[in-house]
Amino acid sequence: MTQFLHKAMPLRKIAVAVLAFATLSSPAFAAGEAKHPRSGGFSFESPFGTHDQAQLQRGYKVYREVCSVCHSMDLLSFRTLGERGGPFYDSHAASPAENRFVRAIAAEAQIADIDTETGEPIMRPGIAADRFPSPWPNRTAGAAANGGAYPPDLSVMTKARAGGADYIYSLLSGYVDPPAGLRVGVGQYYNPYMAGDMTPFWDGDPDKVPYGGFIAMPPVLSDGQVTFDDGTVASVDQMAKDVAAFISWASDPRATERKQTGMGVLAFLAIFAGLTYASYRKIWKNVAH
Amino acid sequence: MSGHESTYVPKTGVEKWLDSRLPIVRFGADYLSLPTPKNLNYWYTFGAILSICLVVQIVTGIFLAMHYQPNTEMAFASVERIMRDVNGGWLIRYVHSNGASMFFVAVYIHMLRGLYYGSYKAPREMIWILGCIIFFLMIATAFLGYVLPWGQMSYWGAEVITNLVGAIPLIGEPILIWLRGGPAIDNATLNRFFSLHYLLPFVIFGVVVLHLWALHTAGQNNPVGILIPKDREKKDTVPFHPYYTVKDGFALILFLMMFAVFVFFMPNALGHADNYIPANPLVTPAHIVPEWYMLPFYAILRAIPDKFGGVVAMFAAIGILFVLPWLDTSKVRSMRYRPTMKIFYALFVLNGLLLGWCGAQLPDAAVVPGMPSFTLIDGQLNSYLWLTRLSTLYYFAFFVVVLPLVGLRETPLKIPLSISEPVLKGPDAMSGAVPASAEKKG
Repeated sequence: MTQFLHKAMPLRKIAVAVLAFATLSSPAFAAGEAKHPRSGGFSFESPFGTHDQAQLQRGYKVYREVCSVCHSMDLLSFRTLGERGGPFYDSHAASPAENRFVRAIAAEAQIADIDTETGEPIMRPGIAADRFPSPWPNRTAGAAANGGAYPPDLSVMTKARAGGADYIYSLLSGYVDPPAGLRVGVGQYYNPYMAGDMTPFWDGDPDKVPYGGFIAMPPVLSDGQVTFDDGTVASVDQMAKDVAAFISWASDPRATERKQTGMGVLAFLAIFAGLTYASYRKIWKNVAH
Repeated sequence: MSGHESTYVPKTGVEKWLDSRLPIVRFGADYLSLPTPKNLNYWYTFGAILSICLVVQIVTGIFLAMHYQPNTEMAFASVERIMRDVNGGWLIRYVHSNGASMFFVAVYIHMLRGLYYGSYKAPREMIWILGCIIFFLMIATAFLGYVLPWGQMSYWGAEVITNLVGAIPLIGEPILIWLRGGPAIDNATLNRFFSLHYLLPFVIFGVVVLHLWALHTAGQNNPVGILIPKDREKKDTVPFHPYYTVKDGFALILFLMMFAVFVFFMPNALGHADNYIPANPLVTPAHIVPEWYMLPFYAILRAIPDKFGGVVAMFAAIGILFVLPWLDTSKVRSMRYRPTMKIFYALFVLNGLLLGWCGAQLPDAAVVPGMPSFTLIDGQLNSYLWLTRLSTLYYFAFFVVVLPLVGLRETPLKIPLSISEPVLKGPDAMSGAVPASAEKKG
């Protein structure tokens, strides 16, 4: 009996510890939280999923016509658009640099350069090897034109925000009127998906602080703003989804290649594991252990 | 194993010539024929897994260094360039960044295995101490490496950790400036961090060689925890190759499969999204958190109200591991035969996970939201601050109270006289001592 008690006590201690640990898995703080992003139902999110090229092309158009007015994508080269899995990949093109869509898109851009004879600064049409030009001559100019908040570069945006493409989609299509009782400053907009803490700006019930935060970007998308070449109706929801898909591709252009390689690697390792296990059984067959 | 006689016989003329000048082939052959206890379970495969982790990190790191730019203006973009434009660069970079996490998964399991089976006790203290040095070097290397991509967490992590040095009274400030190469974290800091990040893995490699040397001198521990007498060596051991090369190999492949799932399907799951925002000294991130493997130590750092006290506690948390062999008073190595200690051990593992969890939370946040609480000294009782403190207390109590006292007061179970005894008779055999004559036959 004493032995039983001796054993039972620590067991109960363990149970308490496990229970305590389990209850801790609830979110740590309620106020100051952003709304959980809605799912964009993206084709590329599953382990086998790939990008929908038509969606990437629509997304590029939204970026080009709307976002790129303020947001740079410094890390993107035009040629990347024509790589396998990219929005303008063409299996007939010998290389991304010779892709006719890529060349046409690059040529639309004006790139700052110097005249190779005189050294004078000039503007020339872009080539496939050029990076996307920034809308701002420098960071300070970008901030000054936007009330002091520099519009962030979008090159790796889905990797730089928890929630990834779902977050971008939710944010862009999630603007709502601020709830009554929330004081919104000049040049700021309320968005329930934006990170922040609304407690200091909230006059209502302190237990019902609204989700989200303030963002300096106004709701820029409006229905029919972009004309999609494939006839898709350009609703705010559609445009937000498509541009989120494009930014997701741009943040990690190798994602599809990576996942496909991964399938091969795992299949190889699984077979290798099976063979090694069989060898292990054979080698250890006559050893008691 | 200790006193293991070399069985290598050089056959060709070249081998004989070499063997009398540099017996390197003999060294390798003896390593492979090393008599190894035959009852090692899968927890013992992590040593081999760790050596592969180190090689993977060094090889991928060398290739990354060929493309990386240790300059504050270019570092972030150069890492992205590796992943976009360098052939196979995305693979090399993701293997390296996830490899650090895998390295720590394996090292924590390896250390906890050593703790459970008493692998630190005489005559293996040096193996354990060298292992602690490796662990400390790993933390330093991982921290330096995390700064290199020059994202927000890189920068602010470096800010927080180097600031700790500044907490040392009197000499802290000058050392801080010397360490950073200036009054603030800047290009000089990034340059020296890159240099040291490239250096330390080779230092680790050297200490690993010593770790293995000590292992082969003192002999491999085993789950029963008994030393194998000379006369039983034939019965209780098997040559390392092929018996353990194949077992370690199988475990390694399973480990690599888990590694591959992270690298290929969720390469950024273990990192923080903020590190894809280029470093900006003017914008502090909402929450500065280290990588998951440092969280328990970060929690201990924050548990102490005094900054310097926190630094001391954090280093003590690692430092105490060095004296572990002298804190444990029990003569019994394996916790298999220490039922009371086993429970404290389980609590220690859970407590370690809890500390890690606490390290990722805001100290002022309520542990159980909505539960009534009161202020205790400097914080709400129902807050992560106090939970972290309790957890920190158990961490240290385990080493300075539990290990010495339980070792003196517990009654261990009967220990088998040899490895093959429980092996041959099944688990029931452990409880009763077997007569010497039976043992000889067995």
